[in-house]
Amino acid sequence: MNSNPPLLEVRSLRKSFEASGRPFVRFVGGRPRLLQAVRDVSLSLEAGETLGLVGESGCGKSSLGRCIVGLYPPTAGEILYRGTPLHGNTGGHRTASRRIQMIFQDPYASLNPRLSVEAALTEVLRVHDLVKGKGEIRERVDQLLLTVGLSPSLKAQLPHAFSGGQRQRISIARALAVEPEIIVADEPVSALDVSIQAQIVNLFIELRERFGLAYIFIAHDLSVVRHISNRIAVMYLGQIVEMAPSKGLFREPGHPYTRSLLSAIPKPDPEHRRRVVSLEGELPDPYAPPSGCSFSTRCPIAVERCRTVMPELKEHRARREVRCHRAFELPASTTCRYQKAPTASSSTTRGRKS
Amino acid sequence: MIAPANSILSIRDLVTVFETPGRRVVAVDGVSFDIGKAQMFGLVGESGCGKTATCRSILRLFSGAPARILAGSILYNGIDLAQMDEHRLSDIRGAEIGMIFQDPMTSLNPTMRIGKQIAEGLRRHRGLGRRQARQAAIDLLGTVGVPRPATRFDDYPHQFSGGMRQRVLIAIALACRPRLLIADEPTTALDVTIQDQILRLLLRLKDEFSMSVLLVTHDLGVVAQTCDRVAVMYAGRIVEAANTQALFKRSLHPYTRALLASLPRDDGQALTPIGGAPPDLAVPPAGCRFHPRCRYAVDACRSADKVLATVADGHATGCIRFDVLP
Repeated sequence: MNSNPPLLEVRSLRKSFEASGRPFVRFVGGRPRLLQAVRDVSLSLEAGETLGLVGESGCGKSSLGRCIVGLYPPTAGEILYRGTPLHGNTGGHRTASRRIQMIFQDPYASLNPRLSVEAALTEVLRVHDLVKGKGEIRERVDQLLLTVGLSPSLKAQLPHAFSGGQRQRISIARALAVEPEIIVADEPVSALDVSIQAQIVNLFIELRERFGLAYIFIAHDLSVVRHISNRIAVMYLGQIVEMAPSKGLFREPGHPYTRSLLSAIPKPDPEHRRRVVSLEGELPDPYAPPSGCSFSTRCPIAVERCRTVMPELKEHRARREVRCHRAFELPASTTCRYQKAPTASSSTTRGRKS
Repeated sequence: MIAPANSILSIRDLVTVFETPGRRVVAVDGVSFDIGKAQMFGLVGESGCGKTATCRSILRLFSGAPARILAGSILYNGIDLAQMDEHRLSDIRGAEIGMIFQDPMTSLNPTMRIGKQIAEGLRRHRGLGRRQARQAAIDLLGTVGVPRPATRFDDYPHQFSGGMRQRVLIAIALACRPRLLIADEPTTALDVTIQDQILRLLLRLKDEFSMSVLLVTHDLGVVAQTCDRVAVMYAGRIVEAANTQALFKRSLHPYTRALLASLPRDDGQALTPIGGAPPDLAVPPAGCRFHPRCRYAVDACRSADKVLATVADGHATGCIRFDVLP
């Protein structure tokens, strides 16, 4: 094995779910339908690095995140923490599970409504046996709350007394309590208002710098992900279709899907209104993914080969991995996604700038 | 504000309260705005600012919440909906003014075929026969971009994806060719690519049927991409109203500016959050409601309760210091 393994490595991970609720099919001996949520995903994460994981709902990004923190057992493949496999009966799992923490989307559902903030944090500290003695625990709780920007005077309150943004701060404090190295954040700001979103995104950045944390930041909102990530992996139907440094990905997306996803973000600039739909159609049935490239059914530049041969995720340019037969081949005209907003009299203009 | 002659909806000094024993929350506190014919009007603000309460007041659809309109008028083509009795209002709902809600997953009847749910409105409001209604419903499904409409007519809601369900809801809302469509966060529950499709569909239908749209959203990007005019709400009040381009070019209210500054931008600059949190509407702060979070606030802001006033061509602000903002 490599003498200096990465902090986290995911190798050929697969996660399938059996479709439930078809008792008759089972009764007559039929095979249950299989949903392949994660299809052969490999990635690695270095200490202090942030990897953004984006894609539409149902693309498998949350399932991947949950496999990484150990909430789901993978169907196949391996997850290695500093070179040690996480799953299976190795004793290292307990330590690793402490080192990898998760923060969920809904701060209203992820906190126990009957536990005060102090009780919730104390529980975590006790379970992992990190701090001994009541006085020390109390001190540590106060310190954690200050770290996430909450006043320790609020610690006796129950979760319902807090706003969404404050609850998300509490969730972050809870994750930090066990001194993790990796935090998997699943849509941590999606449920929050924009002004509060910015507070929490800034808190994530601050904590990363202070504690050298590595994040896997899962979100469907690309503009938020771009702010926090060093690298971004774009998922489509359970596969990574593009992985690249954030800047490069936004400057020149290599995969047609990434390009559509980027152009679908409504730009807060009325001077540049887009006139064309960014992507037609919907996700194909995940139970029966298309043959060949998964995106071929919606891709504007798909050719015959795309429909028959599944492309590999490979490095087309330096640090630019793309799963596409025609990576970086989109015609130049589609690069000009935005068109000057028409004046009231010429509002019927259609088509894209060429 | 003077009501423009070509407006289809004029709301004046609307006050809507939610009352529970011992607690009264003024969710909408003196809101006024006008929606022009075939105009896309954006009502934007953060959760709890009263934007949903405002648009639910128009049709008095409070779905069981202890809400009532306390004062003000809602003039639709010159008729005051706020004074209208429940029976006559139900003729307006659906027929003249259509409405779509945020959550496409729960707004359809799960036990009823899609087509029947669309045809229901056609038969009730337009008096079509069964066969005619079926054909009209199939046409509508096609209009809103549901593939194979004739087959999908007989499907149930669970057989539709989120984006397709939102299309079905739009088809239902459009069934009677409403003159005004109220769309409350119609794309919030959807992915960006599907959001894009739905917004573009709304824009097309607005032009095709010269329908006015009241688009309620928290997303300034959506407003910038679709609306002709926009009103920004904060803590139950409209704090700024302007044509979209003017608002984004030079906002005249610190709250709007703060909202814009908190958006992630292309240049990768650090985000500028708004400190603090919106006030509790049961005990709103005196004076300008944004003053506790406002970086430009002076003493006068703590007492001055300025009403929204037009200060430039079609541009109204509730800030007393609009002329000294940088």
